[in-house]
Amino acid sequence: MAEMTKAKMAEFLEPVNDIISRYEKKERYLIPVLQEAQGEYGYLPEEVLKEIAVGLNLSLSQVYGVVTFYSQFHQQPRGNNIIRVCMGTACHVRGGDAVMDAIQDELGIDAGETTDDLEFTLESVACIGACGLAPVIMVNDDTHGRLTPEKIPGILAKYQ
Amino acid sequence: MSKVKLTIDGQKIEVDADSSILDAAKEIGVDIPVLCYHPDLTLHGACRVCVVEDEESGNLLASCATPVADGMNINTRSQKARKARRKNVELLLANHPNDCLGCDRNGQCELQDITHALGIQPEDVDRISGEERVFELDTVGPALKRDPNKCILCGRCVRICEEVQGVSALQFTQRGFNSIVTTAFDLPQAEINCANCGQCATVCPVGAITEMSEIEKVWAALEDDDKHVVVQTAPSIQATLGEEFGYEPGTVVTNKMVAALRRIGFDKVFSTDFAADLTILEEGSEFLKKINGEGELPHITSCCPGWVKYAEHNFPDLLKHLSSAKSPMQMFSALSKTYYPHQAGVEDEKIYTVAIMPCTAKKFEKEREEINSTRFQDTDAVLTTRELARMIKEMGINFNSLPEEEFDQLMGESTGAGAIFGTTGGVAEAAARTVKEKLTGEPLERLNLGFRGVNSAEVNIGDRTVTVAIANGLGNAEKLLEKVRAGECDFDFIEIMACPHGCVGGGGQPRPATNEKKDKRADGLKKIDDESFIRKSHENPQIIKLYKEFLGEPLGGESHHLLHTTYKERPKN
Repeated sequence: MAEMTKAKMAEFLEPVNDIISRYEKKERYLIPVLQEAQGEYGYLPEEVLKEIAVGLNLSLSQVYGVVTFYSQFHQQPRGNNIIRVCMGTACHVRGGDAVMDAIQDELGIDAGETTDDLEFTLESVACIGACGLAPVIMVNDDTHGRLTPEKIPGILAKYQ
Repeated sequence: MSKVKLTIDGQKIEVDADSSILDAAKEIGVDIPVLCYHPDLTLHGACRVCVVEDEESGNLLASCATPVADGMNINTRSQKARKARRKNVELLLANHPNDCLGCDRNGQCELQDITHALGIQPEDVDRISGEERVFELDTVGPALKRDPNKCILCGRCVRICEEVQGVSALQFTQRGFNSIVTTAFDLPQAEINCANCGQCATVCPVGAITEMSEIEKVWAALEDDDKHVVVQTAPSIQATLGEEFGYEPGTVVTNKMVAALRRIGFDKVFSTDFAADLTILEEGSEFLKKINGEGELPHITSCCPGWVKYAEHNFPDLLKHLSSAKSPMQMFSALSKTYYPHQAGVEDEKIYTVAIMPCTAKKFEKEREEINSTRFQDTDAVLTTRELARMIKEMGINFNSLPEEEFDQLMGESTGAGAIFGTTGGVAEAAARTVKEKLTGEPLERLNLGFRGVNSAEVNIGDRTVTVAIANGLGNAEKLLEKVRAGECDFDFIEIMACPHGCVGGGGQPRPATNEKKDKRADGLKKIDDESFIRKSHENPQIIKLYKEFLGEPLGGESHHLLHTTYKERPKN
């Protein structure tokens, strides 16, 4: 973000300052502020976290500690579509691994990564509670069950 | 305080109701091992090394975090308690680098001591060894280095940085197995809002946070025949160095320390106390000008480099109130490469200046670009009290049997006022003595500002009342300065020390450190002051000679060039 001019940076930080201004300068508002900021930016860039630390009178390390503790917070840009591949027991037994491999091959990224075009973020999760449909994945809020590796390209194509 | 009756190891005792089991056990001479517990910090209850057995329920309780209750029956020595303690320590070791030999804390490590006391063998640890975390070391310096691989997550550094210093440079980050104490974005400590005070290093039970050692380069200078190595020792060292050699905290070992430094091979052994007196003359003159209307009050001291860096990050609007006088260490160093070679007939480029300091922030201070007044780096090396002790041990010097020797002349004489620079309230008191006497000719009675927290006093100088305030510990400083910023208080002179108790509680002092110990060290310095023949900085004959023969007047041209500096704003985070 070093290449941003001062004016551009001020513009970039306007939404987060707007969010901070709606809260009291208290430590207990850190999580709601982080959630709102992530809703606005899609993730939590370093510059935004610095603004939040100053805005709530916290040290940057305190903010960083909270952001890295909760899996709901992300420090990297996220894809437009979030793919969650179930790695729970039932999915594992019925070939979840092969489904994961197929998605990784198709997108060219590993679990935990985002495609360069910011279309997809791939995550592995422990169980999404749809064991009857194993192996199963979720793309955003849609559930796709009884999968085989061959079905993957077709499913992903719907989201591009 | 209401009392509670309980039984510990079969012994019936009555203790204050707000005691923990750990406190109660201590009263009957039972020392339960601890790692995350520290008497001056809030409770954490994380390490489970202090577990004891409740005989009623058979439950294991963390004794540091469990309050006593009426009728409790505690067994600190049951097989169950001892087994659990052992297992908990083994689990810590399973993920701890097995490189004690090369570790800074070898022989002074709380984890090592407990491992030894509990009789844990390498095979006990090997049996449960598994995945290990691998973190990068932070050795950017110049003050502190961190090895997160050695961290046992006790959180003492996190708590002291947050609760006492109000800085929170270090935090727990990540989660579960990946949990680690680090800075924001894992940045080197040199690149964040860390004041380099080193309080983290004084409470760390293992070798995860220590000073950046400069011992090797000092040996190299000492062994170089072309170098003329001059050493200065800060006021507080004389009351703390003894601890490293088995003396009670607060024992004054000035003359043995001088003897040890000579045996190490320093060409001249001088005292920073001398420069503390010089600071008082410069800073006192500056303050006099301010109370006469030239410049803004309050006048705030600047001899503590931890405080100065903290101010640059957090109170840039108050920087104009800071004394422009350099710290005694930097004044001394500037003179050691100008006045000293001139007087001693030594070539200035041969001089190598080493400062023995209670402080890790001093290692940073000497690297500040704007601090140098000579054509060299004014201070070449800074060693902490702990590093000096290691050099004495490496030389095989039997400290206890050393003769008593005196500092070298020219820059070795000091006053009681110079000595008390090493404790909180000392700078304010030394300044007040000189200012009052210069203005009125009357001597000042003791201010007795006390050792802990924030304190204030009034000094009558002629027909004027001067209000003096002190704060030690950056958390306390923050509270005081917020009031100054808001215009809620009206002090003329404010002394700030970054470390609790001032330099006797510095980040470079012997470990482990507690408030109780620091009180005793401060008493040691007060004793030097009480017993000093000369107690006022302006009466130091070597200072008088220095102005007469070299500097001219306080705040004069040469003084301004050699003894004053500037500050700059730094980002808050």
